[in-house]
Amino acid sequence: MEVETVGEKVGEVYRVSGPLVVAEGFKARMYDVCKVGEEGLLGEVVGLAGDRLLVQVYEDTSGIKPGDKVEGTGMPLSIDLGPGIMRSIYDGIQRPLPVMKEIAGDFITRGIEADGIDMKAKWEFNPVLKKGDNVKGGEILGTVQETEIIEHKILVPPDVSGTITDLYSGSFTVQDTIGVLDNGTELRLYHRWPVRIPRPYVEKLPPVIPLMTGQRIFDTLFPMAKGGTGAIPGGFGTGKTVTQHQLARWSDSNVIVYVGCGERGNEMTEVLEEFPELLDPKTGKPLMERATLVANTSNMPVAAREASVYTGMTIAEYYRDMGYDVAVQADSTSRWAEAMREMSGRLEEMPGEEGYPAYLASRLAEFYERAGRVKTLGGQIGSVSVVGAVSPPGGDFSEPVTQNTLRIVKVFWALDTKLAARRHFPAINWLQSYSLYAETLAEWFRENVSPEWTELRTWMMEVLQEEANLMEIVMLVGKDALPEVQRILLEVARYIREVYLSQYAYHEVDTYCSTQKQYDMMKAIKELDDIFHKALDAGKTIDEIENVEGREDFARAKFSEDYKPLLDEAVNKIRNALLGGGA
Amino acid sequence: MKEYKTITKVAGPLIFVEKTEPVGFGELVMVTLPDGTVRRGQVLDSAKGMVVVQSFEGTRGIDTSSVVRFTGDIVKLACSKDMLGRILSGSGDPIDGGPKIVPEDRIPVIGAAINPYARTYPREFIQTGISAIDGMNTLIRGQKLPIFSGSGLPHNDIALQIARQAKVLGTGEEFAVIFAAMGITHEEAYQFMKDFERTGALERAVVFLNLANDPAIERLLTPKMALTAAEFLAYEYDLHILVILTDFTNYCEALREMSAAREEVPGRRGYPGYMYTDLATNYERAGRIRGRKGTITQFPVLSMPADDITHPIPDLTGYITEGQIVLSRELHAKGIYPPINVLPSLSRLMKEGIGEGMTRDDHPQWNDQMYAAYAEGVDLRGLVAIVGEEALSEKDRRFLRFADEFERRWLQQDRYEDRTIDQTLDLGWELLSMLPEAELVKIETKFIEKYHPAYRKKGAEAAEEAA
Ligand SMILES: Nc1ncnc2c1ncn2[C@@H]1O[C@H](COP(=O)(O)OP(=O)(O)OP(=O)(O)O)[C@@H](O)[C@H]1O
Ligand SMILES: [Mg+2]
Repeated sequence: MEVETVGEKVGEVYRVSGPLVVAEGFKARMYDVCKVGEEGLLGEVVGLAGDRLLVQVYEDTSGIKPGDKVEGTGMPLSIDLGPGIMRSIYDGIQRPLPVMKEIAGDFITRGIEADGIDMKAKWEFNPVLKKGDNVKGGEILGTVQETEIIEHKILVPPDVSGTITDLYSGSFTVQDTIGVLDNGTELRLYHRWPVRIPRPYVEKLPPVIPLMTGQRIFDTLFPMAKGGTGAIPGGFGTGKTVTQHQLARWSDSNVIVYVGCGERGNEMTEVLEEFPELLDPKTGKPLMERATLVANTSNMPVAAREASVYTGMTIAEYYRDMGYDVAVQADSTSRWAEAMREMSGRLEEMPGEEGYPAYLASRLAEFYERAGRVKTLGGQIGSVSVVGAVSPPGGDFSEPVTQNTLRIVKVFWALDTKLAARRHFPAINWLQSYSLYAETLAEWFRENVSPEWTELRTWMMEVLQEEANLMEIVMLVGKDALPEVQRILLEVARYIREVYLSQYAYHEVDTYCSTQKQYDMMKAIKELDDIFHKALDAGKTIDEIENVEGREDFARAKFSEDYKPLLDEAVNKIRNALLGGGA
Repeated sequence: MKEYKTITKVAGPLIFVEKTEPVGFGELVMVTLPDGTVRRGQVLDSAKGMVVVQSFEGTRGIDTSSVVRFTGDIVKLACSKDMLGRILSGSGDPIDGGPKIVPEDRIPVIGAAINPYARTYPREFIQTGISAIDGMNTLIRGQKLPIFSGSGLPHNDIALQIARQAKVLGTGEEFAVIFAAMGITHEEAYQFMKDFERTGALERAVVFLNLANDPAIERLLTPKMALTAAEFLAYEYDLHILVILTDFTNYCEALREMSAAREEVPGRRGYPGYMYTDLATNYERAGRIRGRKGTITQFPVLSMPADDITHPIPDLTGYITEGQIVLSRELHAKGIYPPINVLPSLSRLMKEGIGEGMTRDDHPQWNDQMYAAYAEGVDLRGLVAIVGEEALSEKDRRFLRFADEFERRWLQQDRYEDRTIDQTLDLGWELLSMLPEAELVKIETKFIEKYHPAYRKKGAEAAEEAA
């Protein structure tokens, strides 16, 4: 990318207050990157005030003083896109944490410069185009085997086009020239892209394919679509992070981009220690081979936290442009919003609701709008699905970040502090949550799993809703006052909650549930419902039904790899106990 | 040295100085009063022509003739292994009448973030001897696990009991304790000091005291001092450190006071919008680092204003720490010690530190079952209050009794009772055996057969018969 010089490039600090530096004596554009002080601390212009520039600095500003040098780079905050991103862990502005550790040791110090990808590593490039081919932005020039799983498609940068006059094959570093266009543009294995600008595509496609997560409550009741957007709000300790980790582990996407935005250091360590060991159910290869992490933990600089979600999103779009289905987990978008609030406060902008800047809603909307299933410039179909965790103060969803997020996203997975306190996991409230994709995806389930899928799903939702209504009565008069049919409904609802919806993330088998298994389990519960009603007609008491032999076997079947015979056996046991043999 | 007599304004803890030379952000500042007293502060905002300084030791007595000296340095703690056994002020000066600490190193107290790539995940079980913690909210070495308490509840007793009893089984390694008091009363501090002295723990402790009558803004420094000492001892001397920080509520009040003085846009209930980040820079200074032997385990104490867990102080803390131990006024009123309500309590790291080879093979499932059963019993209490106990089935009544016994026999223990993990688990099994066996759905049959008292008795009888 050309560096455009806009007036003088070197000025000085006028004022410093935490991450905000006011600079003067030079000109720069909004969002241009600056280097502050002798150490060259990275910052970004976030405001212009008369002759002065307001710069948010991505690193600790202790010791910076008025008069220190500030240098404009003339470039917006950009990241390196090329082979080497997979298996990486970055800070919020794409500096690899292992490289930072090598340079500075166990603690993060300031002024570390590091490329986003290894500039010296060699990759074997196999061209798919040849001399004389006309290319435009986003087209695939060739491939590099980036990891065991990911074939990295080398793309023509989106803003480049021409006729290929040379295209080589062989072993290259990302900086080597792999080809030339007739207009003189040199092609490389990587290019840079400004993180705040969405990468272009041809068109958005409807989200008609589910993003299967292997988590029953999501896939069955509140499904996510490939290219869809979702939010998972919940008070502390309700299960946002565990859910995001589950999505990373089990969702049927090609590439995972996990953004730890202002959260705990140990949670990133957990991912780092586990993903290289965890085998991907589809490929049998370690999950890390197709994952990248952006980790700007709560104690790392706030401005870089603000940038981290954009860094993650840009990486996701880049792999989407290769034709991959990418899933982004952002944990937690509230910390990003708070970073915005903090910077806005320091800029002395007019505060909106709860001190958040007035542009909170539009920033959130712009971010989620970058998700989608698209036709890429290169003619592929790829997708970026995003699930953002939201951490509402006091677990109260009426606050601005939750509300503004819910106005945009299509899937709402509502975590419930009460369920979490009862250790019902995932602690998703089934009455409050929704998926606006459920209808669009129904057809896919009908065709790919079973024609009955939607019917069973609707039935379960109805039972749960009715249970909630009945529970209000129970709280007033006790269970005994209910007619027996209704008590059967309560009993069936209990199976749905305790057997179907509850799914322990740390159980070696039940942590993941295939679509087929989900279907089998739903069918089995529906069968119990039939048996219970028949038993009642046949004169069994509600007590006998509630305490029927075989019910623990039924509950435990899901914990076995080979669940099907156990489930069938349990249903038979219950049927025999209530209806006698041969029924 | 840059010295100025150009104070133009003092507002609360803030001092505004006009000056000419540039001053660095975060710089340590000394203000000398006309009577010779020196107050320390730190640069909060530095512009050409005007510097804002926050005074840690109050602004009383400061006038326009006071001399402001910018040191060109940032706030540091003089660290040495000789800190062990010493009592220091909230800003790190010895107050026990002992000699000055000869520093081996002077370390900036703001601390640097641990590179997440350099961490290793905490996995070692710490036995505290307290059933409610070991059994259901297990503490792990390197964890940050706060107590959410309320005024008048025995959080100090619990903190002390943990300090006395904490051990990692089979290692014989002791913890060194760093105790940081932030705005607590003299009596409370005395209770800690006396216990440390009596048990000899003081020799392996460093105490930082900022008491209720000490300057409030100094409290913003105290945990940073304590954690700097912890990092020094853990990472330079390979010690396992248990840091007790009490009471973070006072710390947050000081933060609010600062923010109000700076006329910042207030966040929820007047606390600054950056309180999450500020707390995180303290709480995240815990854990384990790959290749280093020493560890830092944090045990912050905070009192929930009006017992409200949704108040910003416990709320933001819960969003940062790896779980929480929640105390209950109701249990306390019933005379139960420790009054830990296990339902809203949580240890996020316990899953990796319990089970076979760490505590006992049945522990994870036992834990799930204990939770479920107690939660059920507590729920039923609510129902009984409405419909009366007669409306309950026999099964429900058993759950009710379980909840009562759970509190009276399992939760309840003496302040000096140091239960082993086996005792904690076995006592739990005794309670579980009050429930119909078919209700123990969270536990696999093999564990029921191994640990359920009914089978153990049978096993014992069979063994006797064979003999
Ligand atoms: N699906 C699940 N299976 C088993 N346990 C779970 C599940 N979800 C949550 N938990 C339990 O709840 C705890 C808290 O979950 P998690 O860390 O995901 O909360 P969170 O919502 O991310 O909280 P915070 O906002 O504080 O980060 C976990 O440590 C785990 O014990
Ligand atoms: Mg979390």
